[in-house]
Amino acid sequence: MKILVLAEINNGELAEDQTSKTVSAAATLGKVDVLCASNQCSDASTSIAKMENVENVLVLEDELFAQSLAESYSETLIDTINSYSHVFAPSSSFGKNVLPRIGGMLDVMVISDVSKVISEDTFERPVYAGNAIQTVQSLDKLKLISVRTSNYSAVPSTGSANIKKIGCKGNNPLTTFIENKMQTSDRPELTSAKVVVSGGRGVGSKENFEIIEGLADKLGAAVGASRAAVDSGFAPNDWQVGQTGKVVAPDLYVAVGISGAIQHLAGMKDSKVIVAINKDEEAPIFQVADFGLVDDLFKAVPEIEKKI
Amino acid sequence: MKILVPVKRVLDYNVKARVKADGSGIDLANVKMSMNPFDEIALEEAIRIKEKGNAEEIIAVSIGVQQNQETLRTALAMGADRAILVVATDDVHNDIEPLTVANILAAIALKEGPSLILCGKQAIDNDFNATAQMLSAKLKWSQATFASEIDVKDEIIRVTREVDGGLQTIDAKIPAVVSVDLRLNEPRYASLPNIMKAKRKPLEEISPADLGVEITQRLKVIKTKEPDSREAGLILENIDQLVEKIQENVGG
Ligand SMILES: Cc1cc2nc3c(=O)[nH]c(=O)nc-3n(C[C@H](O)[C@H](O)[C@H](O)COP(=O)(O)OP(=O)(O)OC[C@H]3O[C@@H](n4cnc5c(N)ncnc54)[C@H](O)[C@@H]3O)c2cc1C
Repeated sequence: MKILVLAEINNGELAEDQTSKTVSAAATLGKVDVLCASNQCSDASTSIAKMENVENVLVLEDELFAQSLAESYSETLIDTINSYSHVFAPSSSFGKNVLPRIGGMLDVMVISDVSKVISEDTFERPVYAGNAIQTVQSLDKLKLISVRTSNYSAVPSTGSANIKKIGCKGNNPLTTFIENKMQTSDRPELTSAKVVVSGGRGVGSKENFEIIEGLADKLGAAVGASRAAVDSGFAPNDWQVGQTGKVVAPDLYVAVGISGAIQHLAGMKDSKVIVAINKDEEAPIFQVADFGLVDDLFKAVPEIEKKI
Repeated sequence: MKILVPVKRVLDYNVKARVKADGSGIDLANVKMSMNPFDEIALEEAIRIKEKGNAEEIIAVSIGVQQNQETLRTALAMGADRAILVVATDDVHNDIEPLTVANILAAIALKEGPSLILCGKQAIDNDFNATAQMLSAKLKWSQATFASEIDVKDEIIRVTREVDGGLQTIDAKIPAVVSVDLRLNEPRYASLPNIMKAKRKPLEEISPADLGVEITQRLKVIKTKEPDSREAGLILENIDQLVEKIQENVGG
């Protein structure tokens, strides 16, 4: 067994939480190497080298990898990747973009969104928006695994891996990067926050969403949203929680004006404690909430913020 | 140009999936099946591209059981020009893996020569999120996943992608495989006259063997179980109680 983790690095910046949790999942099978391919690797590789259970950090520094475009990434790294028996990546927009392409190139089926590594060839993964959990056994020689990172904890920074530079054989780019419009925020990251406050269609407008943000800031929380809230333009797309958005599992999830559709529950029902505020006592969200308050959010949320 | 749109027949998104008592999978007998919502969005986008005069023909493809015909008739009623049904199994419970689907679609693409393949980003049953990427790799075409905006230019297609941190715009050389996200558009409903017209549009039926593709299964499903369920909790009387519960669980 030879295990590789693809670190997620966006324009030189390591997605530390995602990468560390992926290392954690991979390390259930043994020591791992981590591939660090980006335009700037020094900070990222230093952080990765400290992650427990990492043996080698393979560094490939090239402008080509600044945006981790799928074609150049997989094309350039295919031989390196193919020399391992297991390749793990976070099930983030990075991992979901590159890993199946690698699978297509090598004729290997990808095992997406793994929530539990059971053995070297057997894995659990949610299907049907988390309404069922499947145990699958891979018959491929190479295992390509994307990890549902919310199911794993980050590894401690007690390691001291070797950092090795590796060669790069160039590529032929089919796509060209134009621009990023990234949300910047001082709030904790949605997928790693201890507390998440989310708003839904009930919040009613972008202006009103400040009520949600106010409570979130008081609690030091990340802000989330339902698809309806994002589609209506109340919140940016990267706040969406659910089957097709982000999957979160904080200590506390506060759902405000969210009905609790299965597609939304798929992204938050593994939270430790769920609190729901909804004026409709029949709302399905109350069936998964540990604590519910049947009330108008415009009255309740500002009052809660004041009292905390 | 020609646009190819693969459409999958899946358990309707409003129906709750039930795990079969023997743990062998999800019960799909006598339940409502529909076109995968993401594929509907892909098809809608293809139709809009054609309506703008940037495409001449839209071919819908479905892979699975004979009943996928219904899904293809829906696609034709929405606006696809013709359809190809690849009958790959006679058991609706036998999900064809993305890798095989990609092999079948690649074979069809080589035959039909589309400039663009628009796929849904994931099927809401197996949630793999893989077919478009695998297909793109098989064809060695450019890849643009999770599109929330598409602009077809001459030799390239400009795609805005929904990524974890926000939005990313890339230019992909044509031919390209694009997977679409929810916010790209809102699919139309087929009108009655179009539903009638769709009955006369060509629907060709083939087998994977006709394309020289073998159906393989690389992931053996050992069992399917219900997730750990959550019990409904406490409905609190007032805001003060809620404040107390929030405080107990913050940083706890
Ligand atoms: C393929 C597919 C994928 C999807 N993926 C996702 C996903 O990833 N994430 C996601 O969230 N959804 C997803 N959805 C959409 C999902 O099905 C629901 O439509 C969506 O979650 C509803 O959002 P909501 O709860 O905010 O809105 P609604 O269902 O409209 O609920 C609004 C709630 O607000 C309450 N409310 C209204 N006013 C007030 C008030 N003043 N005070 C208190 N409460 C109030 C109402 O009682 C209601 O319960 C997906 C759907 C499809 C088809």
